[in-house]
Amino acid sequence: MNSLELSSLYQLTMVRFKLILREPEAIFWIFIFPILLAAGLGIAFRNRPADVLQVGATTMQLTRALAADKGLSVATMDEASGTHALATGNILVLAIQRPDGVAYKFDDTNPDARTARLLVDRAIQTAAGRNEAVHAQNELVHETGSRYIDFVVPGLLGMNLMGSAMWGLGFSIVEARQKKLLKRMVASPMPRWQYLASFLLSRLAMLVIEVAAFLGFARLAFGVPFRGSLSQLGLLCVLTSLAFSALGLLVSSRAKTMEAASGLMNLVMLPMWILSGVFFSASRFPAAIQPLVRALPLTAAIDAMRGNMLQGMNMGQLIAPVGILLAWFVVPFTVSLRIFRWR
Amino acid sequence: MTGATIDRRSAAQLAAGPKAGAPGSGPSLLLRGLRKAFVDVRAVDGLDLEVARGECFGLLGPNGAGKTTTIEICEGLTAPDAGTVELLGLNWRTGASELRQRIGIQLQETQFPDKLTVEETLRLFRSFFRRGISVNESIETAQLEEKRSSRVGGLSGGQKQRLAMACALVGDPELLFMDEPTTGLDPQARRHLWDLVDRLKQAGRTIILTTHYMDEAERLCDRVAIMDHGRVIALGTPQQLIATVGGEDIVEFAVGSGEPGVEHTIVNADMLRAIPGVQSLSVDQGLHRLSVSELHTAVPRIFTVLTGQGLHLSEFRTHSATLEDVFVRLTGRNLRDE
Repeated sequence: MNSLELSSLYQLTMVRFKLILREPEAIFWIFIFPILLAAGLGIAFRNRPADVLQVGATTMQLTRALAADKGLSVATMDEASGTHALATGNILVLAIQRPDGVAYKFDDTNPDARTARLLVDRAIQTAAGRNEAVHAQNELVHETGSRYIDFVVPGLLGMNLMGSAMWGLGFSIVEARQKKLLKRMVASPMPRWQYLASFLLSRLAMLVIEVAAFLGFARLAFGVPFRGSLSQLGLLCVLTSLAFSALGLLVSSRAKTMEAASGLMNLVMLPMWILSGVFFSASRFPAAIQPLVRALPLTAAIDAMRGNMLQGMNMGQLIAPVGILLAWFVVPFTVSLRIFRWR
Repeated sequence: MTGATIDRRSAAQLAAGPKAGAPGSGPSLLLRGLRKAFVDVRAVDGLDLEVARGECFGLLGPNGAGKTTTIEICEGLTAPDAGTVELLGLNWRTGASELRQRIGIQLQETQFPDKLTVEETLRLFRSFFRRGISVNESIETAQLEEKRSSRVGGLSGGQKQRLAMACALVGDPELLFMDEPTTGLDPQARRHLWDLVDRLKQAGRTIILTTHYMDEAERLCDRVAIMDHGRVIALGTPQQLIATVGGEDIVEFAVGSGEPGVEHTIVNADMLRAIPGVQSLSVDQGLHRLSVSELHTAVPRIFTVLTGQGLHLSEFRTHSATLEDVFVRLTGRNLRDE
């Protein structure tokens, strides 16, 4: 045997690595599932019809005026059927001819409806002979990076790193405790820190494969941009994974049964699935809970990854989310080392 | 039952037996005044023991007697409430890391990862020890050559237990702890494991094992401590302990008077005790138990007494006295009663 074979840290890490690879379900959830999810979302949101907004008008005159705007698709209808079309979401705005002018019926909480109202008003005013006070022209930019798939890929990456780190660590540890394997390990001269470190090391090894497969797919299939430094993105992934591994360790540091562990795990992850902006921007939540939302590790991870991938930000500009992730690594890891139940 | 012939004092004298000589040849294990209570039970209640180097020592007792708690205190897995533990001249407070290198442990119920192979599992455990035997040697010792590349999940109970033994042996330990090594194994697997322990004994290792099987303790152990309710109630070589029963053989019988509805008939005890060779008598639910020193002359006389009283036997058997009989004599209970 060579010296590497005799190193307990190497052996522990290799054992973890082998155990993961010999678990077919784990392979599915870690490697296949995120790719399937990205593919599904990518297809659902691909080639979104260039925003043509459906509107209605009560007179032929209004309809002609509106038809002049290429961003609008207009239909003539009376007020009653127009109101019904509004309520069922078939049109966004109904322009009604009134004796004293025009009335717009729309839902002002719907951003698309607000946009449609502006377009409708502009078309009607222009048709009525309004002149622009300032000459303006559009310079259109169609670039990758602003599509939904570009937005959602960093979110899915963060969510996947969270899931694989927490389930991977939490379940293995609780299982080992339940099967009295932990007790057997500490009955041997194994240094305890190496046991926990082997989880982190094997996690990092898996991370390379996991991140490369997922991002590679996103790049090839959807042309998702990487505007920031790839090595810094790698570093962000490592940091994210460490933070969630530490959290997984904390969650599993006392639990004696799988049921208890999985309950705790869901309790910890559920708020992040909802609040951390995986599928839509976290800034949509009310200002009152923003400090909480920002402090969650998944929010920090996703913000940092979006910053890197979509906006090309460097580490210096991402100091806030990186700091939050570091704190989520150090604090849970320290606490779990103290309270860890070895038997 | 009254008047256990082995009282605490004579047990302590036996415990002091092994030589205490030059440094390095002191006892492998020394326990003094050991106590451990859990929420609802005093698991170990004032325990003194001394195990000499090279000895195979058995802790024998029913479930719940405190065997596992005792052995786990010795293994440094459970902290005692009071008392001192010394292994190989070291203690767990100051010498833990050296002790871990020098002892081997087989726990009662370890499930090694199902998806690792035998060889991978052993290589992992070997890597924890600074010195020891090679993985190949441990596989040979445990006779798992054919299963070297099999996954642990596919091993039989006996093979898993031999793997646990191999894991305990890879560090070439001076002192080996085994907690109920054959519980749950079939007879053939038990004999297989006993042979393995025999070979380890011959190699001069100190072995401390717990068991609730009498035959196992008699077969393997140089000395045995019988435990009950967290205390040692008898201590000595299996032969010494069996000798305390008073006779070499045990006769057990039950009688029926022939009357329906009468479940247990009790024979006149004085008449039985008067038979030459009968050392003691106890009756439990109609089952008479006599320890007898001259079986060949005593048995015909027992028959004579019974026929004289007009009783017929519904059950009759004899066996050589065992540690089981020692336990029954000391506690009035069977070992396997729970």
